[in-house]
Amino acid sequence: MIQLDSVSVEKNGSPILTDVSLCFGQGGITALIGPNGAGKSTLLHTIAGLTSPVRGQVMVEGLDMVRARPEQRARHVALLAQNESVTARLTVRDLVEFGRWPHHRGRPREIDRVKVAEALGTFDLDGLADRRLDALSGGQRQRAFVAMAWAQETSWLLLDEPLSALDPRHARDIMDRLHALTRPGAGQRSVVIVLHDLSVAARYADRIVALKDGRLVTSGPRVLAMTGAMLSDLFGTRLAVERVAGRDVVLPA
Amino acid sequence: MKTWAIALLVLALLVGASCLVGVVDLFGTSLDGLMVLAVSRLPRTFAALLAGAGLALAGVVVQMSVQNRLVEPGLVGTPESAMLGLLLVTLAAPGAALIVKMSVAAGTALIGTSGFLWLARHVPRRDPVLLPLIGLIYGGIIGAAVLWLAWTTDLVQYVGVWQSGEFSGVLQGRYELLWIVAGVAGLLWLAADRITLLGLGEDAARSLGLDYRQTLLIGLILVAVIVSVVVVSVGSIPFVGLVVPNIVSRWRGDNLRRNLPLVAWLGGCTVLGCDIIGRLIRYPYEIPAGTVFAVLGAGLFLWLLHAAPRRANG
Repeated sequence: MIQLDSVSVEKNGSPILTDVSLCFGQGGITALIGPNGAGKSTLLHTIAGLTSPVRGQVMVEGLDMVRARPEQRARHVALLAQNESVTARLTVRDLVEFGRWPHHRGRPREIDRVKVAEALGTFDLDGLADRRLDALSGGQRQRAFVAMAWAQETSWLLLDEPLSALDPRHARDIMDRLHALTRPGAGQRSVVIVLHDLSVAARYADRIVALKDGRLVTSGPRVLAMTGAMLSDLFGTRLAVERVAGRDVVLPA
Repeated sequence: MKTWAIALLVLALLVGASCLVGVVDLFGTSLDGLMVLAVSRLPRTFAALLAGAGLALAGVVVQMSVQNRLVEPGLVGTPESAMLGLLLVTLAAPGAALIVKMSVAAGTALIGTSGFLWLARHVPRRDPVLLPLIGLIYGGIIGAAVLWLAWTTDLVQYVGVWQSGEFSGVLQGRYELLWIVAGVAGLLWLAADRITLLGLGEDAARSLGLDYRQTLLIGLILVAVIVSVVVVSVGSIPFVGLVVPNIVSRWRGDNLRRNLPLVAWLGGCTVLGCDIIGRLIRYPYEIPAGTVFAVLGAGLFLWLLHAAPRRANG
């Protein structure tokens, strides 16, 4: 469970998040939506414990993320930030192995090798494992970074706009995998993801968290919370949620 | 395995050559060959290997810290800051022991390099060439302060010695401080994974549970120690920390647990090679190894700038 209690974050004295309270349980995909500058990245960083709030409390599975030690934090929450340094000349396998760092701190054991192999398999990277990141396409590289965060084996995976540089095929491929992996069952994980494409959010998200100007606008099950009126208000332009071929899509109204 | 066999062979050949090349013929003069070897040739060889390896390792750490492959200590004001410390301690306590001078130099080098890192945080990352340019200006300003201070206190000669790395003055008893580099290299190798993580960027490293600031600080301390030791003992050699890590990175990638020894090896071998070339070019006179390397290094630097401007932001 992620629990934020009146969290406020400031940067250089100006408020980025103001009095955000949130609570949601494990499982499924939670889409974080809102206009540019709404504070979505800051919210993810705050949940991951990488940004400290000036007020309020952040708890993830009972762990106080503000006070937790770095390696403790990293075993609870994995964050894939925007603009990862994509030109590190590491092989895909090396990168995914670094996802195990919070568990082995530089001394990989057998279990770490198993988990790395699993993550590579899960994201269909077996054939690319020994290729270097700078030799991959943008889509393959993003998949490798998601696999690294996955190998961290945290119950929560926070992804900051992982689809931003991807073509529709690669974007869909990643979302399909995340969707399958967050369904109830053995080894189920929970994903919080910043999405700009509202139709992707409508298609995959189980929950919606909407932010505007650093304040929480709404949070709740996607089918209830994601309405044309809410989106229009959120983005300041008229939007409608329509049902096309049995699926919700977001269109300009 | 094969790589390491070749690496050892190259090293052995260079060490052999370095021991044999010189004005004094080891076999067949009035001087005792073994004594020349022990007092001059071997110390000189070790000094070149240690200085080269140290500067190359320092280059890797700086590059990973700012995620830019086009910088090295010499381009971010580290040696100039060390020289400033050396000047200050020379003025304040002329008789201080070498280790004291070196420690003060390491302190100022750390402050100077941290200053550059602070600047680097405010530089847009889109254009990787911007950062080394800013570093050049930053180092230039500190260098100008050093020169001004030296000029007003009549110590310009000292600065000249610190600025041009060369090994002709290395004798037994006058280079041993450089062995500190070997210890620092060992520490860096222990921290190799952490330094690789630095190279992935602050967000990624912290998300993986790395204590980012602490790691950065330790890395910078080690860089400051290496550079100060080298400046004090033989003088700074530009471009080693830039060129060597780039070659290794292109060739073998960025996983430092595997590649740090290779960086040290290549750094040591190139500087020793340059020293041998410097001894041969106008035999029996010498050209400083730093000068030889600067000629080679400047060319390689231009090639790196030309070959990979968009990829350099690592």
